[in-house]
Amino acid sequence: MARPLDWQLATVAGVHDETDAVRSFSLTLPAWTGHRPGQHVDLRLTSEDGYSVERSYSIASEPERAPEVDITVERIPDGEVSPFLHDVVVPGDRLEVRGPIGGYFVWEASQPGPLLLVGGGSGVVPLMAMIRHRARAGAMNPTRLLLSSRGPGEIIYREELDRLSATQDGFQVAHTLTREQPPGWSGYARRIDEAMLSEVLDPLGREARVYICGPTALVESAANALVRIGLAPSQIRTERFGPTGT
Amino acid sequence: MTERFVTRGFVGRRSSGGPEDVASRIPPGQYITRDFPVLSAGPTPRTPLEQWTFTIQGLVKQPLSWSWQEFQALPAREWTVDISCVTKWTKLDMHWRGVSVDTLLEGVEIDDRAAFMIAWSDGGYTTNLPLPDVLNGQAFVAYEYDGAPLAPEHGGPARLVVPARYFWKSAKWIRGIRLQAEDEPGFWESLGYHNRGDQWREERYSGD
Amino acid sequence: MATDVTTHDLMLDGNAVAGLLADLFGADVTVVPAKCATCGEVNAMGALHAYVRAPGSVLRCPICGAVMMRIVQTDRATRIEMRGIAYFRFERSGG
Repeated sequence: MARPLDWQLATVAGVHDETDAVRSFSLTLPAWTGHRPGQHVDLRLTSEDGYSVERSYSIASEPERAPEVDITVERIPDGEVSPFLHDVVVPGDRLEVRGPIGGYFVWEASQPGPLLLVGGGSGVVPLMAMIRHRARAGAMNPTRLLLSSRGPGEIIYREELDRLSATQDGFQVAHTLTREQPPGWSGYARRIDEAMLSEVLDPLGREARVYICGPTALVESAANALVRIGLAPSQIRTERFGPTGT
Repeated sequence: MTERFVTRGFVGRRSSGGPEDVASRIPPGQYITRDFPVLSAGPTPRTPLEQWTFTIQGLVKQPLSWSWQEFQALPAREWTVDISCVTKWTKLDMHWRGVSVDTLLEGVEIDDRAAFMIAWSDGGYTTNLPLPDVLNGQAFVAYEYDGAPLAPEHGGPARLVVPARYFWKSAKWIRGIRLQAEDEPGFWESLGYHNRGDQWREERYSGD
Repeated sequence: MATDVTTHDLMLDGNAVAGLLADLFGADVTVVPAKCATCGEVNAMGALHAYVRAPGSVLRCPICGAVMMRIVQTDRATRIEMRGIAYFRFERSGG
């Protein structure tokens, strides 16, 4: 069996547009050991002349989908890897992948109790793996996702989130749109702040486990606000997304 | 190194060649970038200009320190230079304004034993250079880039610039230099990067 | 302030170098607690602040900002310096 650190050749089984700038890729892995929701994979691209780059991408799919995993990639216009993935990669292509990697930013259905997930933009990706896993495992723990997006067209996984939110199994999603709101928008319309977190957290109670993922500024301000609200830092796990020259 | 799988259609973000006069300005293994990438090993320091000083110490007869205002009053000039970072980008014709290390050292009497310059920065960063490599217009302390005050993420208020060496030698947030008889490898030189770092000889790593 | 956003975004957390650390330790260490040799605070490796857009990777204490670990990969070797870490705490299996 391959170890998580060995590179293996994944086959692109499918591509799927999430928004104008965000696309998901389903990868089939020959020797997948299984992952836990929140973990990521490393991707390695190599040119004909041996030039090589590596990037980390959070896994978007639930472990139950193994040996297939989805990654969701935002196209960074001046990037090196994401434009390649968006503009060149098609089903049938093969990509070098290793993983799963990371055990810190992980939630599994075996962990009971209320769950608060806070995401900014493509920071929703590892949280989506948790949400999908939770639904597949039939967990009923009260769970809320607070998702910050710039505009209505930029909400990643919107339909699936709304559908899961309607299933009455304890999962609910709250959106905030920071730059542009459609007419009649009933969600939040500002950056995530203490009052917003307080409202979303209220039905879950102060004992909730919290996972925050997004740009560093969002992660910092959300984590600090939750501590001011009275949560212990040990309840909160964060993952910061920074530009890695992607 | 294990065999790597070649990714179909991947070329990477590298120079696609270009005119001969440009090509001759690209050191081996580098690619041309038009933007100004930000690299950092730590948080960006925010020393208020009122508290900022620049100090020359070590093997000099009398240590010297300038306030920000005094530093601005030193003879400065414009520099247009090509810069190469060890992470493989090269940026041509970067416009700076600053004070040459020669000018800075005019204010002190240097001990004959001084052979190395250690640049140190807010945040604890250090880098080392042989004294002959920073004299005669080879290095300067810049406080303007492209006609504007040097931005904090690029090393402002002031950074060292040594165009003939990989850019890690151009210490951001510089606060002083120390002249020594003995060499003292800096933040990256002490962990595998080349002690001299000449991009034209592709001196990226120490000879391990 | 735009500048702050830029700077801020350069900081990631220890998860960002999880693959690299796993290469070095042969196991995932993001959940392993590490004690800062400078201020004494204990944090999971995954919670350290990581600066990876640099000639090497630098992990800093999220409390005091001191350098806890530096990793440089050259063409021939990987160097890892840990003098900023007082100790790691690994769980014993079986116990």
